[in-house]
Amino acid sequence: MRIESIQELEKLRKTLLNEMKKAKTRIRICAGTGCRACGAQEVIDAFRKEAEKQGLDLGVEIKGTGCHGFCERGTLVVIQPKGILYQTVKPEDVPEILSATVEGGEIIDRLLYVDPVSQEKITYEKDIPFYKKQKRLLLGMNPDIDPTDIMDYIACGGYSALGKALTQMTAEEVVAEVKTSGLRGRGGGGFPTGTKWETCRDAPGDLRYVICNADEGDPGAYMDRSLLEGNPHSVLEGMIIGAYAIGANEGYIYVRNEYPLAVENARKAIEEAKECGFLGEDIFSTGFEFDVKIARGGGAFICGESSALMTSLEGKPGRPKAKYIHTVKKGLWERPTNLNNVETWANVPLIINNGSQWYRATGTEGSKGTKIFSLVGKINNTGLVEVPMGMPLREIVYGIGGGVPGGKKLKAVQTGGPSGGCVPEDLIDMPVDFDQLTKAGSMMGSGGMIIMDENTCMVDVARYFLNFLKDESCGKCLPCREGIKRMLEILNRICEGRGVEGDVALLGEIAQTVQETSLCALGGSAPNPLLTTLKYFGDEYVAHVRDKKCPAGICKDLIAYAISEEKCNGCGACAKACPSKAIRGEKKKTHVIDHDLCTKCGICAETCRKQAIAAA
Amino acid sequence: METQNLDTIIESRGNDSSQLIGILQDIQAEYNHLPVSALMQVSETLKIPFSRLYSIATFFKAFSLEPRGRHIITVCMGTACHVRKAPRIVDEVCRSLGIKAGQTTADRLFTLETVNCLGTCALGPVMVIDGKYYGNVTVKTVGALLKKYEKI
Repeated sequence: MRIESIQELEKLRKTLLNEMKKAKTRIRICAGTGCRACGAQEVIDAFRKEAEKQGLDLGVEIKGTGCHGFCERGTLVVIQPKGILYQTVKPEDVPEILSATVEGGEIIDRLLYVDPVSQEKITYEKDIPFYKKQKRLLLGMNPDIDPTDIMDYIACGGYSALGKALTQMTAEEVVAEVKTSGLRGRGGGGFPTGTKWETCRDAPGDLRYVICNADEGDPGAYMDRSLLEGNPHSVLEGMIIGAYAIGANEGYIYVRNEYPLAVENARKAIEEAKECGFLGEDIFSTGFEFDVKIARGGGAFICGESSALMTSLEGKPGRPKAKYIHTVKKGLWERPTNLNNVETWANVPLIINNGSQWYRATGTEGSKGTKIFSLVGKINNTGLVEVPMGMPLREIVYGIGGGVPGGKKLKAVQTGGPSGGCVPEDLIDMPVDFDQLTKAGSMMGSGGMIIMDENTCMVDVARYFLNFLKDESCGKCLPCREGIKRMLEILNRICEGRGVEGDVALLGEIAQTVQETSLCALGGSAPNPLLTTLKYFGDEYVAHVRDKKCPAGICKDLIAYAISEEKCNGCGACAKACPSKAIRGEKKKTHVIDHDLCTKCGICAETCRKQAIAAA
Repeated sequence: METQNLDTIIESRGNDSSQLIGILQDIQAEYNHLPVSALMQVSETLKIPFSRLYSIATFFKAFSLEPRGRHIITVCMGTACHVRKAPRIVDEVCRSLGIKAGQTTADRLFTLETVNCLGTCALGPVMVIDGKYYGNVTVKTVGALLKKYEKI
């Protein structure tokens, strides 16, 4: 069905909303990648089959939706209109949910979420601290829509911003609105989006492109996947508005190879948008023409860098170009190209619909709007959280995340991926926005927030990121290619107990050179994880280099597993489990580890029920 | 090799450089790796120098020029998995199979790969075997998982 005008869109939306009202109960099952890995598809199938069996077809609507964000507790099922949340639902729970809750109105106790702090059971989604403290402007629609059905998006008000921009605003007005909103790029750099659009619009050239960067490579960050997978039309709508503002008629969505579901849903979204006339020729009868293609990445982190991504789109290995020529002027095929990341594009319809002043009301002086973080690592409530810019780190980690599991102590929060750094526990009251994170030596990046506890070795973390970057450096410029390798060699030496005095100073010297002389941001920011750990956790480096100890018990060469005489009851489970046959002992007597045979795999410590085995 | 299939893959995407990586991915999905003969054919059909295809195939991590095993094990090495001891999981798989990451067992049963992040951080450490996700993997559970696939 082709939609020619705003009036037609509005009419369709009303019809869809009336249709939706017919269902007495709406069951929303999260079908994001995280929940799918927990068996969401099986749960959806079970609901459909069981509803049919129980004859509930008419009054109950069952829908697999976009990612709800609370990945820790998958598979998530929300029963509307009451908003009851059931967590870790398995297919075998489905018949009971339908008969007891949907038909009988009873709450099933065992499927409720238990707050890790208060130990209280919580029935309604809106009361769960994880959701309560968020401001879900971008993610809010995910739990209500089936990402493969454009009608769901339209029912929620979708494509009205596109209609408004195309029929009531000039391209210049759209650019001005985005500029005034203060929106900054969510991909890492935080460059003002409106300014970027304006430069691209003003650049000389006949053909222009817009690109959606969905090559989300930062380890520990998956908000872009969740948006593209869970609400692809919001991204697409943003892109079409951007193309109109800039004067582009072609666009690309460059998606990571590791995100098959995002590719599938985005592809479906493009097809549906074409059928409705939101893509293609004469959009909203204005004569504006725009088309989008999907390109898949090949598993190279560097392709998240704009010029490398464009080189890869040209069918070449993705190596970046020097920055004296900006891609907004000469990008893809040497033509003006505007690239924004997924989350940035998804913000655009919100700004156009509600106005820049509304958007500016959320956030801090220099960072407006909300930001989605993926709160992961050693945290109780793992998942995606969307909060206003400027929320204190403490509120995110403890208020929303529920703190560190197992009563362990928080050590650091890593942000910004391999280009970012580690923010230590004593900066926990810092408001989180672009500028504050940069001030702390880290950066916003795309929004990964990895929580580290006392059992995380910070030297090992620095080593981890350099090892990552060593593989991902494209090799084009020397400082990045060689510098990262040399820093990694030194860190390897330190972690293996062969660190010497002067290593730390040498690391600092190489880091500075790499930072100042690399061609692109990958090399330029590569030393950040090392520099922040050196700055905030210098004592751990001293322990490794001077005392040959790893205080967190991680670096294999610096630790030894030992069995506590007091705690061991001689059950023999560890000896049985040890793949190297390194544990000996008589039954009911304290066992001992033969350190010549021990490979430090840690199976024994995992096996022991008395917690008698620990690394030191 | 059935050239028919290959032609279909190339045709479905047309002669469009922005789809080149996609073409190679489809070929790899079909043949389990990128056979040289297939690259030759892509080169001829799309009039792209073979050297360029080779440079793409070796630049991007997703491609393998060597035949891979029947079962592909992917261990996520994202930061969230790393702090939840993913390196120990890789060590254990390596020890059990007698190969290093990136290698294939002599019997061509398993290939072990690592990936930077799968974005399923809540389940970490995560291991994927033939597209099926296994979350909260421990050193202890690795053995049983591998045994399960040995028989398939």
